[in-house]
Amino acid sequence: MTSEEIYTKLQPIIAAYLPEDVSAENIKKDADLTQELNINSAHLVDVVLDVEDAFDIELSNNDLESLRTVNDAIAIIANKVEN
Amino acid sequence: MKNRVVITGLGIVSPNGVGVEAFHSAIRDGTSGIRHFPELEELNFSCQIAAKPEVSEEQKRKYFTDLQLRNFNSSGILYGVMAGMEALEDAGIETAGKNDEPLWDLGIIFGTGTSGTAKFREAIYLLDSGKVKRLGSTTVAQTMASGISAYLGGMIGAGNQVTTNSSACATGTEAILMGYDLIASGKASQMLCGSCSDDGPVVWGGFDAMKVLTWKHNQDPEHGSRPMSATASGFVPGSGAGALMLESLTSAQERGAKIYAEVLGGHVNNGGQRQQGSMTAPNSSAVQRCIKTALEVSGVGGHEIDYINGHLTATVKDPTEIRNWSEALDRKGADFPYINSLKGMIGHGLAASGSMELVAAVLQLHHGFIFPNSNCEDLHPEISAIADRSRIPTQTVSHPLKTIAKASFGFGDVNACVIFRQNSI
Repeated sequence: MTSEEIYTKLQPIIAAYLPEDVSAENIKKDADLTQELNINSAHLVDVVLDVEDAFDIELSNNDLESLRTVNDAIAIIANKVEN
Repeated sequence: MKNRVVITGLGIVSPNGVGVEAFHSAIRDGTSGIRHFPELEELNFSCQIAAKPEVSEEQKRKYFTDLQLRNFNSSGILYGVMAGMEALEDAGIETAGKNDEPLWDLGIIFGTGTSGTAKFREAIYLLDSGKVKRLGSTTVAQTMASGISAYLGGMIGAGNQVTTNSSACATGTEAILMGYDLIASGKASQMLCGSCSDDGPVVWGGFDAMKVLTWKHNQDPEHGSRPMSATASGFVPGSGAGALMLESLTSAQERGAKIYAEVLGGHVNNGGQRQQGSMTAPNSSAVQRCIKTALEVSGVGGHEIDYINGHLTATVKDPTEIRNWSEALDRKGADFPYINSLKGMIGHGLAASGSMELVAAVLQLHHGFIFPNSNCEDLHPEISAIADRSRIPTQTVSHPLKTIAKASFGFGDVNACVIFRQNSI
């Protein structure tokens, strides 16, 4: 799975957790999930659960800790999907 | 010197009508909200009838975003938010903007018995199979007792006290008295008060096991809830939410708000589970004391009460309640006030019952009518010995009302009574 394919599949997952005043167009690869996209930090655990379901992978507590930007998410997913 | 307190907004999600307008016509018409639930039959419930509001997707989405509805499974919070927000809108009060200061003088007392039972059930299955992570981010908010006040507080931007009270079936009536105290003492100027209750087998099952629900009307649900009837055979479980916007008279007048009625006062007490009182049965001396004290602090004599909105659940305790009212007010026969029970139409909404009945009581006071008592054509002989049949109408009566009383009683021997007066300000 290419990182571009992961990015495409990831966008709608993230979009579900955006506050009403943030548009899905803002989901750039370098966007910070909580600081720039204003996703409620409590919802990050829900993003992770949706990612696990969509990609059929499992994320560890360490993965969650290193998750800041969309790029971080792509890297974590790419690593798991390869394995 | 106490601030005077008035009601400036109403909201309701009832099994026989969602929204004040629909509910108002439903109670005038005596519309039943009780249905047969095949799910209860499959689960071997003795009582397979119940009452549950029918909420459309459109109604739900008026108050909740897609994100809030993700993994949302708490019917009590759904009903409570809808009723609470309707009361706020009805009062013409705007929510605080996202970056504004909170509304420091607006608080919330919104009670419940137990929150998010369906969500909690989901969580238990996940936990037991080792999947704690799958509980996600909203299990706590949906299952904490104060979930309802927290949801409402966030939607409104309330900055005064925001809390949840819990006193079984007296919860809603207690909530309004707690809000009243905060405004009367000057600690808040607007209090959104109400209560809600989940629907479903998890909430209702315990009552079925206690055999306090009727099992005789599974084939004719609309006739199952029979308050004050000689053939009353137990209550029908319900659910929903009711809400009242309480406001200081000064604040309401400054805003030019519509005023439904004045809250003159009330009282909350406990029978101590002593004498004939227990976890499940009321101590009559405490009930009478509660009513008498409510009258006293309101500066109202028993002879001034035009109408009583009873607790009257359709169990063997209904005649006892009538006797308690009669003795506390010193009224009987044709002199007994008009009395009715909403439970004939929508069953017993448990923690939500008090607030739904308060909304019904205030609508009757404001519009001058008494809704019909459903299913009590065969009035219990012990009741007709105390109150004249004409005081317990089975058809809608148009009659101006000036001063009314509403009481709720609950498990734990709790009692709450509130007195309202028609707005003559």
